[in-house]
Amino acid sequence: MTTLPTYRYTPGPLHATLLAGSVPLFLGALLSDIAYGQTYQIQWANFASWLIAGALVFSGFALLFALVNLLRARPKAGRPTVYFLLLLAAWVVGLVNAFQHAKDAYAMMPTGLVLSAIVTLLAVAATWTGLTNLRSGDAQ
Amino acid sequence: MKTSSTLTVLSAALLLSACGGEGDKTQARGPDPKLPEQQSSLLPSMKIAEPTPWGEQKPQVPEGYSVTAIATDLAIPRQTLVLPNGDILIAEGRGGSAAKLKPKDVIASVIKAQGNTKVKGGNRLTLLRDADGDGTYELKTVFADNLNAPYGLAFADGKLYVANQDALVRFDYVDGQTKASGPPTKVTDLPAQINHHWTKSLAVSADGRQLYVGIGSNSNITERGMEVEIDRAMVWQIDAQTGAHKPYATGLRNPTALTIQPDSGQLWTVVNERDELGPDLVPDYLTSVREGAFYGWPYSYWGQNVDPRAQPQNPAKVAAAIKPDYSLGSHVAALGVDFSIPALGEKFADGVFVGEHGSWNRDNPVGYKVIFVPFSNGKPSGEPIDFATGFRGDDGKTRGRPVGVTVDPKGALIIADDLANTVWRVTRNR
Repeated sequence: MTTLPTYRYTPGPLHATLLAGSVPLFLGALLSDIAYGQTYQIQWANFASWLIAGALVFSGFALLFALVNLLRARPKAGRPTVYFLLLLAAWVVGLVNAFQHAKDAYAMMPTGLVLSAIVTLLAVAATWTGLTNLRSGDAQ
Repeated sequence: MKTSSTLTVLSAALLLSACGGEGDKTQARGPDPKLPEQQSSLLPSMKIAEPTPWGEQKPQVPEGYSVTAIATDLAIPRQTLVLPNGDILIAEGRGGSAAKLKPKDVIASVIKAQGNTKVKGGNRLTLLRDADGDGTYELKTVFADNLNAPYGLAFADGKLYVANQDALVRFDYVDGQTKASGPPTKVTDLPAQINHHWTKSLAVSADGRQLYVGIGSNSNITERGMEVEIDRAMVWQIDAQTGAHKPYATGLRNPTALTIQPDSGQLWTVVNERDELGPDLVPDYLTSVREGAFYGWPYSYWGQNVDPRAQPQNPAKVAAAIKPDYSLGSHVAALGVDFSIPALGEKFADGVFVGEHGSWNRDNPVGYKVIFVPFSNGKPSGEPIDFATGFRGDDGKTRGRPVGVTVDPKGALIIADDLANTVWRVTRNR
């Protein structure tokens, strides 16, 4: 393994909260989608829509922090870039999922459920990478 | 419009926006429309009306006919009624109290509001009178107010019936009256929870004993839940004496206007069908209303075409669904219907006029006009004919949106325009 120069950056509490907070929001949407698919109770679909909207707000601001972090990182290759791209992917898939969830009644299924699963995994991966990356002296 | 164009750019960027059709040409109209496959785009294609004043312009009517604005500055005129002495009553208002359940509802309500009037609904009936018969309605007065989003109007046997968004009410009326003698008497309550589709259309049988009320669904396609659709998307038959009701026909998504065929006594309606299945689905329609029939909503459309968005599905109901009589084209938003009379001229003597409020869920807008559907032997026959157009101009601006259409026995068509807050009267030149 190549030894990379140590990248030091302390995650701000706001950045960490926004980033990690998007995980339970996306996960909540996934669970709501599963509940809707099981029961056809429309309220679960409504919950999922709002949870995704909230997750987009959280991950959207986290994405801004990630971008600033990337611009300031030396070098940029490796985890700062991977973290940013993962979070960007999560946000874009999350946005597509928001539109998918805006379809009426069962029109959102099953694509909405699949997208919710993908975006939850992406959010977990981004958070894992981001918080690991941002921890000082742990850039290898 | 800014929000809409942002969304359009966004949908184009996602390469998932549906392509628009080519106006009426691709629209299947008539008794046996060919229906395309269902489409599901990430964002519904939409084109919202851009309102602009009429100014010196007027709707265009066929050669040999003239159009006049007989009342302006109204407070959202919807349906009109011609009384036995020739006075015209106008129902004015806006109803609905549907909660915004999803982020989509919040955004869509802002976008769609761009295409409507900013005036507050009047919740009243305005009376117009042309005492000397010169075609100018010199008297404009409030007949009744403090109503709750009145829409359907009917008159029989000295009784004036008004369908508010929450109740069917009755005024006693004597010929020549210009003001109601007091508050109305309630005939019966009407389903009013949520009122996603709030308009309550109304017709009365010739003998005045049976009333028919059209009640729209509480959603586009059950996205507010199946539970809230009890007593919705149907036509009620109501006993005028007792107020007792029964469902007369069901599965009619939004029966926005009702009328009785003069000779047969048959009830007819225009129905607004579901959105977001593509630009050429699902056709709005004109149909005779068969007692006891089920017309498909929400499980299927135009017979047995299953709508997978309504879950859990109901194959038995799909199998029972009957086809309506005549397609008016998808998304035209038919909101008015009335049978013609020979006094309107040979070409328009036998058939119905239909007021089309105009589309939102279509890149290439349709509707925004009054059409005439010719009849022969008591049934629709042949292509519809444009009767009043120019509500949406070639410049892409919308000057008016037709709602109710009423045939005046004197030989005129009354058109309510809820965007310009105007009532138009089309007459034959003599």
